[in-house]
Formats: sequence, structure tokens, C-alpha cells
Amino acid sequence: MSPDNIFEGASGSENSESNSGERKLGYGAAVVETMAQIMREDESVFLAGEDVGAHGGVFGYFRGLQPEFGDERVVDTPIAEQAIIGLGIGAAVQGMRPVVDLMFMDFICVAMDQIANQAAKLKYMFGGGAKLPLTITTAGGAGLSAAAQHSQSLEAMLCHIPGLKVAMPSDAYEVKGLLTSCIREDNPTVFIINKRKLADACHVPEELFEIPLGKGHIFREGSDVTLVAIGRMVDEARGAADILSEEGIDCELINPRTVQPLDIDLIVESVSKTGNLVIVHEAVRFGGIGAEIAAQIQEEAFDYLDAPIGRVAAPFSPIPFSPVLEKQYVPDAERIAAGVRNLS
Amino acid sequence: MEVTDEILIDLYKRMVRVRLFEEEAGRLAESARLPGFLHLYVGEEAVAAGVCAALKNEDQITSTHRGHGHLLAKGGDFNRMMAELMGKATGYCNGKGGSMHICDLDLAMLGANGIVGAGVPISVGAAYANKLTSNGLISVSFFGDGATNIGAFHEAANMAAALSLPMLFVCENNEYAEYSPRHKTMAIADVIERAAAYGFPGAIVDGMDSVAVFEAATLAIEKIRNGEGPMMLECKTYRFYDHVGVKGTASNYRTDEEVEEMRKRDPLVIHEARLVESGVMNDEEIQAFKDEIQKEVDASVEFAEQSPFPESDDILVDVYTNGGVS
Ligand SMILES: Cc1ncc(C[n+]2csc(CCOP(=O)(O)OP(=O)(O)O)c2C)c(N)n1
Ligand SMILES: [Mg+2]
Repeated sequence: MSPDNIFEGASGSENSESNSGERKLGYGAAVVETMAQIMREDESVFLAGEDVGAHGGVFGYFRGLQPEFGDERVVDTPIAEQAIIGLGIGAAVQGMRPVVDLMFMDFICVAMDQIANQAAKLKYMFGGGAKLPLTITTAGGAGLSAAAQHSQSLEAMLCHIPGLKVAMPSDAYEVKGLLTSCIREDNPTVFIINKRKLADACHVPEELFEIPLGKGHIFREGSDVTLVAIGRMVDEARGAADILSEEGIDCELINPRTVQPLDIDLIVESVSKTGNLVIVHEAVRFGGIGAEIAAQIQEEAFDYLDAPIGRVAAPFSPIPFSPVLEKQYVPDAERIAAGVRNLS
Repeated sequence: MEVTDEILIDLYKRMVRVRLFEEEAGRLAESARLPGFLHLYVGEEAVAAGVCAALKNEDQITSTHRGHGHLLAKGGDFNRMMAELMGKATGYCNGKGGSMHICDLDLAMLGANGIVGAGVPISVGAAYANKLTSNGLISVSFFGDGATNIGAFHEAANMAAALSLPMLFVCENNEYAEYSPRHKTMAIADVIERAAAYGFPGAIVDGMDSVAVFEAATLAIEKIRNGEGPMMLECKTYRFYDHVGVKGTASNYRTDEEVEEMRKRDPLVIHEARLVESGVMNDEEIQAFKDEIQKEVDASVEFAEQSPFPESDDILVDVYTNGGVS
């Protein structure tokens, strides 16, 4: 399967109507729509990255932008991840509002100096002088047999670096709201697109709107267990909640939407009601964002906990290529449900 | 230099092995029998064949995301390759690496690579070990034209030159990086200029002609083995299929006419004409040769399909040497 195939149907005719008459939009299509609307209203926004222009991005979610905005505002760059981020940093300091794309999230490792030592720290090191309205878009997540260098979820690495904000949209609605906020934000942000979500559609308003960075969302209310899931894992956690509800376990599902800043208050509030917490992410369990959430919850809500906090995440290994191994590697609804049942 | 009949046949065999395997892999991918991304080497066979034919078995190579051809030209095994592409336990990487990470350390093939440019510094390391141990070996890095735009390439080129390492840089210039034509991503006329910038010699080679590649590589390798430091070949070549998979993509980054034009320079066709002309093989012998190799390819599909998938316990195996799990 090629990246293009994954996207077919998502860019499609862009939007359709559901029975209720609400407009539906695909996750990938929401990226294009948001970019186009923001670029129309703000001339300082430009997009740079490998094959984002003439080709519209290898996943297709920048398709149509270069025809509308030209090849200076939608720039095809050489294969040069460090310079791509640097291009964004330098232009941002000059008052532009760049969006720079790293095709696969794994490639942030190639550009890590520019991200971690430069973008994240410039403002602080300069004594506050510089403003860095920079957005880095990148595709993360496993499930396409893309193997160990094209499938990772490295958000914990980014969250560990003061100065960065990290958004992980779980559906098309969040793509639009979070991407808008990231681009309008005066700090460097990393916007993580899940490559398995591209074709999934849901209701998305036509106009631009913002979802505040650092505000989580209660996806579903429940009384027995709090499930915190990020990115695509929200879908799997929802599946788990359905399975468990048939067994009489009522889950409250929270989607933090951004992992830096992290809406810990929302989770504390929920845990103080349910007394149980299971955290789900696609990244490896060791040192993942779940570890941070668990640590903060035992600090803030220890007295409410009825059981040790559970975590459902990937094993401590690179992502295997073989589809049978990868399937076991990535958490799914069944494994999450088992994680909830295991709470003692 | 004399290019003997044996060498002509050897070059042909290496190319046919790559071509027939890749065509088969392409068909399997099209019918959804291969998972993941597949970057086919079809059209570029003369480069891997010409270079590998000039190497000793123990000389190391590093490769790219388009790596099947490098391993096969170095003598890779069809069965283990095909099994790996299907994610089977009998594959080169026990099913854990797939197309982009195919490797065979016994053949001194240090891996295809999913990160563009990442193999080049690794070749520097192999070359350094060769120098330290005076083992007489050289290391070769294959990389694309697009890869020469990334920092890793430049750091590696400079270091190899500064340390005067026994290393051959082989640029497979197919004029595109994914969907971007080369002239849009670099301002130099030829990639080879980059070698001069770091102070080592290089040559432009017709990458559709395996004999030309073989001759140039043989010359360069002789000098490198003599301790003259790194060298570079820029092989002008072309990929016949798309960046990923077989079929064309939605964007028209290159024309059908261009592809047709380049297909006239098919490295196998060029070489077959030479074999016939020089009386080394006639048409029937060529066909019989191909049929024989196709049988091996077919057997590899059979082998791969019958092979088991890895066991779930395998996930945590080989994260570290001697075990150790977090
Ligand atoms: C560091 C990094 N950036 C981007 C990519 C995505 N990518 C894979 S292949 C490729 C093009 C490589 O072009 P070239 O080096 O000319 O090799 P070719 O595909 O033409 O053989 C790109 C951009 C990658 N794998 N790694
Ligand atoms: Mg190329």
C-alpha cells in the first residue's frame, strides 16, 4: 500500500452530509481546508516541506494548496529536515507564521537540534525577546506495516522539552480546531497527524474555530473508571468502553487533545469521581506520557484512587514490520478493556 | 581493462536477478499480497550490478529505502528476501524489518534504510574499521540524488575525506526525490560537484550501462584500496516505476513520454544487445537464462507464502543483545 492509497477517499469530494444535515469532513481533508482558510486570512502563514507543494504531501493532506497560493507560500524543499525546521524558526523570528512539515514523525530525530535546542529555547535564552509562531506538522502512528522508522509515536520526547506545545488530534473536528490554534499560537507547536485516521470523517464546522491548547475533552461520561486516551487511541478506548459497558463497567473517556500543555485538572476531577484510572497511548509504555499522567494523579488525587493506575501502551521494542506482530504491538480495544478489567 | 565473457555474464545475472525479483514483488504488491511500502529498483539495476561485481564479497555496502537491488546484486537470497517482504519469520530480518530494512550481514550488506542519507555515515564507520584493522576492505555507500541534500551525507563526505578512508560513494541519480525533480532541490548541474567540494575525486557514469559502471567502479576501487582515500561515482539512471509501488500517482511530476524515452535505455536491453553482438549468448540462451531465474523467483514466493509468521513472543527479542527488557 502506498501513502497515496491510504488517503484516497479522504481528500475525495472533501465533504458530505450526514443524515442530520451536518457537514462531514475527513481527517486529512480537514488539514487542507484549515490550511487554506488560514492562509487566506493571514498572509504571514506559509507552508514548507518535502513534496508538500506540487504533490500535495505524500499523504495528500496539502493537496490543492500550491495551486491556490503559489510556490512561494507552499514551498517544496530539498530533503533537509534540519534546514526545514531552521527555515521555520528564522522566518518566525522575522514575523512570519510558518508551518513546516516533517513527512513522518520519525524524522524529527533528524531535526532534533533545531527543534529541541533552537525552536524550544530561543525565546527563553533571548530573555524573552523573540516570538516564535512556528507550527511543525508531522505524521505519526503505526498500523501500516511501515516498520520501525516510519511508525513511531514520539510525543513524550517532545513534551519533555520546555518551550514546545504538542497537539494530537483524534478526529477531523480536532484537526481543524487544534491546527487553527497551533498556527495562531505565538509559541512553537508540534501538530501530530495520525496517518491511520486520514480517511475518517466526522462533523466539522465550515468556519475556522479554535480548540484551546491545554484543554482536554470528556468524550463520554461514566462513573466507574476514567480512561485517558490520546490521538488515535481515543477510537480504541471508545471501543473498549463499549465492550465494558456490556459487562456493566461504566467508563468515562477523556481525550487531553494536547499533551503539552496537559489538562491534568480535568483528569483529576474525573478520577475523584470514578476512583480508577487507565491511560492509553500508542507510544512505548516506558517513559510515555502515561507515566507523567500517573505520577501527577498520584500527587493530586491519591486519596481518591481505589486501585493502582493502569497503563495500556506499546511494549518496549521498535515497531515490528510484520503485520501480525504490529497488530499485537499497537493497543486496541480488547487490550484496553483487559487493562481495565485487570485493575485490582 | 578487459571485460571478459564471464564478467559480462556475471553482470547480466546480477541484473536479471534484481529485475525478475522486483517485477514479482511489484505484482504481489499490486494484488495486496505484500504489506507496507515497496520502493522498487527496476531501471537502476546496472548500478548495483556494476558496483557489486567489482567488489570482494567482504567489502561492506550500505543501502537505501530502495534497497532490494543492492542486496540481490551482492548475492542475496531470494527466499529470505521474499519472506521478509511478507513479514515472515524465515525472512532476512525475521519479519521485523521488511522491505526498508532488508540486510545480510554475512554478505556485508549493512542494511537498507528508511531514513534518507542515513547509510552514508554508517559506511564511514565501516571504512574506518577497515582502515584501523588494515583488512584491505573498502566500504561502499549507495544513496540517491535526493539524499545528497541532507546533512548526514555532507558530514560523512567531509569526514571520509578528512580521514582519508577507504570508501566509495555511489550516487544513484535518477533525477527525482520522490515527486520532486532534482533541478528544484539543488542548484548544481551534477551531483558529482559535491565530491570535489570535499576534496575527493569522482566521475559521472552511464548508470544504464552495467559495463560502464563496472569499469568505473573497478578503477575507483583499485585506487581506494591503494589508500588514495574516498571517491565518488555519480551514476545517471532512472526508476521505471513510481517512487512507491508500481502504478503512477495522482500528481504529474513526470510525463509518460519521459518514462517511455528512458525505458528505451533499459539496462537489461542494452546488456542483452551486447551479449548477442559479442556472441556470448544468443536470444534463446538469454530466454533460458531468464526462465531459470524466474523459476527461482517463483519458488521464493512459494517459500515465503508457506513460511510461518513470527510468534508474538518475538516482539521483545533482539531489542538488546543478550536480552534485557524494560
Ligand atoms: C530523513 C528522511 N526524509 C524524508 C524521507 C522520505 N523519503 C523517502 S525516499 C525519499 C526520496 C529520496 O530520494 P533519492 O535520495 O533521490 O532516492 P530515490 O528514491 O530517488 O531512489 C524521501 C524524501 C525519508 N525516508 N527520510
Ligand atoms: Mg532520486
